[in-house]
Amino acid sequence: MSAEKTKTTYREATRAAIRDALLRDERVFLMGEDVGRYGGCFAVSKGLLDEFGPERIRDTPLSESAFVGAGIGAAMGGARPIVEIMTVNFSLLALDQIVNNAATILHMSGGQFNIPLVIRMTTGAGRQLAAQHSHSLEGWYAHIPGIKVLTPATLEDARGMLWTALEDPDPVLIFENGLLYNMEGELAADAGPVDISKAAIRRPGKQISLITYGGTLFKTLAAAEELARASIDAEVVDLRTLRPLDTATIVDSVSRTHRALIVDEGWKSGGISAEIMARIMENCFYELDAPVARVCSIEVPMPYPKHLEDAAIPQVPAIVAAARRLVTGHE
Amino acid sequence: MPSLGADMQFGTIVDWRVKPGDTVQRGDVVALVETEKGVIEVEIFESGVIDSLVVQPGQKVPVGATLATLGGDGKKIEPQPAAKPVTPPAAAAPVKEEIAPAKVATVRAAEESARLRVSPLARKRAQELAVDLSTIAGTGADGSIAIADVERAAESAKTPTPAVAPAAKGLDLGAMRRVIAAAMARSKREIPHYYLSTTIDLSKALAWLAAENAKRPVTKRLLYSALLIRAVGVALRSTPELNGFWKNDEFKAGEGIHIGLAISLRQGGLINPAIHDVDKKNLDELMENMLDLVNRARTGHLRSSELSDGTITVTNLGEQGVETVFGVIYPPQVALVGFGKITERPYAANGMVGARPMIDATLAADHRVSDGHRGGRFLLAIDRLLQEPEKL
Repeated sequence: MSAEKTKTTYREATRAAIRDALLRDERVFLMGEDVGRYGGCFAVSKGLLDEFGPERIRDTPLSESAFVGAGIGAAMGGARPIVEIMTVNFSLLALDQIVNNAATILHMSGGQFNIPLVIRMTTGAGRQLAAQHSHSLEGWYAHIPGIKVLTPATLEDARGMLWTALEDPDPVLIFENGLLYNMEGELAADAGPVDISKAAIRRPGKQISLITYGGTLFKTLAAAEELARASIDAEVVDLRTLRPLDTATIVDSVSRTHRALIVDEGWKSGGISAEIMARIMENCFYELDAPVARVCSIEVPMPYPKHLEDAAIPQVPAIVAAARRLVTGHE
Repeated sequence: MPSLGADMQFGTIVDWRVKPGDTVQRGDVVALVETEKGVIEVEIFESGVIDSLVVQPGQKVPVGATLATLGGDGKKIEPQPAAKPVTPPAAAAPVKEEIAPAKVATVRAAEESARLRVSPLARKRAQELAVDLSTIAGTGADGSIAIADVERAAESAKTPTPAVAPAAKGLDLGAMRRVIAAAMARSKREIPHYYLSTTIDLSKALAWLAAENAKRPVTKRLLYSALLIRAVGVALRSTPELNGFWKNDEFKAGEGIHIGLAISLRQGGLINPAIHDVDKKNLDELMENMLDLVNRARTGHLRSSELSDGTITVTNLGEQGVETVFGVIYPPQVALVGFGKITERPYAANGMVGARPMIDATLAADHRVSDGHRGGRFLLAIDRLLQEPEKL
């Protein structure tokens, strides 16, 4: 990778990834609500219609079930569709297509039909969009065999995961946390495809593993900095992919630090945090020097008022307090 | 949870004497806590308003755990981790028959064998290091025993503990026995004891006592042990190196002369509450103090400061027919004074042989702090004081 860096945002990195895919492979096309003339609800696809035309940048009716189904059909027919759903809350209208068709057709067809489909959608709270636009349901999708679930948090992953997902012969869901689109940073000028099978250690540490993904990665990194000032050396694991979970990296980290805290913007009950905790118990119980803990969203529909929304989702002080309790015995 | 003894690891709240909203002053009794040594009244270290009671009656928590929060200024009562040095049982045993209480704990709260909170890693490590988890206080999450606690315990136990070995066979190694075992093993392992003995003529002291008691109503009569304790207290003024603690490889003189009385308990074991400032109290005050301590040891109402403040221990086994006591120092104290029984013995003075009541006074002292020379002068001082009982 070149040392030359360019300033960019998560939104621009995502757009660059889509553009790159459209350029690399003519079978690739983008489809979804307002992706064309409007430039995408989050302005991710701005300008792509002018560059690639309406055949490859396709506006759809407000019918998630229909256009996800169309994406599945196109993938079966040899195309490489990128389907954009506005938010994960709306993806529930397409749940039947995703779970009953995209995830099962390879199995139901006796291995005749792969579904090389990529579905992108926004997830997460923090933008005062209230309970029907702000939930973090990616953990639900991680329950389903037959699909992969990616949660790019860094610029490199926003830029690099899409192409690798398109190359995958099976359906891949990519969850983009809405709060990250405006995140600025530097990205190597020649940044390209990245691996999607491994979790990443974003900050090495010795005393506790803070395991997270997506939008809470940066809150967790900030918490780790604050912990460092209190002489607590925290490791931060970015899961990157929720299905299949990179159990090996999780277990390896916890076996070194002997303590684990999961930070997840989803709800606790039946959530991905519960699954991660279970894997830690299954694989490295005897390495634990403290109970595994988690910081998740409060179990309420996401509130609209700013102060209540802030109170409902994981924040740095709560992460710091939970980590301190595990390491020092008190908050 | 304050430490009520060097070897205390856990305490169980038996009863709260305060409730949220109560105003408390430093020194107030706020709770009854059951330890291996019985039920102790715990005093509060700071004044304020009780905010919340964190630990409920019946709950067993490690030393250092937060019991309650003190509000007003919002400041928490962080329990003094190891409140103070500590006293407790001396080597040998009881002071007097009438001092042996019937029972210590009036209330028995939680199951003694509540499951320990141990992290899986700590449990595994404890097995490898052959560390007994029940002897460790946890400092990990939720007061659990973490690997650091186990490794610390293993480190401090590098020298193998002889424990109460063979003689202990068949004995009831109850919780108190284990505490005594740990303290005594530590004492004999760490403290280079030296022993001195002297025989003291008590004829003057006993004659004075008989005359004094004849003038008093029955309830105000003095016991000879009050004289002995007073003599020890006064003699200590000139021998500060026997009064205090050995901690962190150095001697720290006691801030007062607080004599721990080794009191044996009828059901076994012993307890060692302290009489504060013995050298500043007259015989009547000492007598009252002793009877009060015995009474409260019997009913399980000893106070935390009485268990943690003793700077030296006196053990009197005369009533058990023991002639000479060779005691084991209670760490971190540095000396123990023993008294045997008073017997009439032939005594030669001025070319004449007569019978006189004699008592053997002994000193077990820590050679790191004092030498036989000082110890000998201390015993001599006790002897001299007892020859002028009226001045005591």
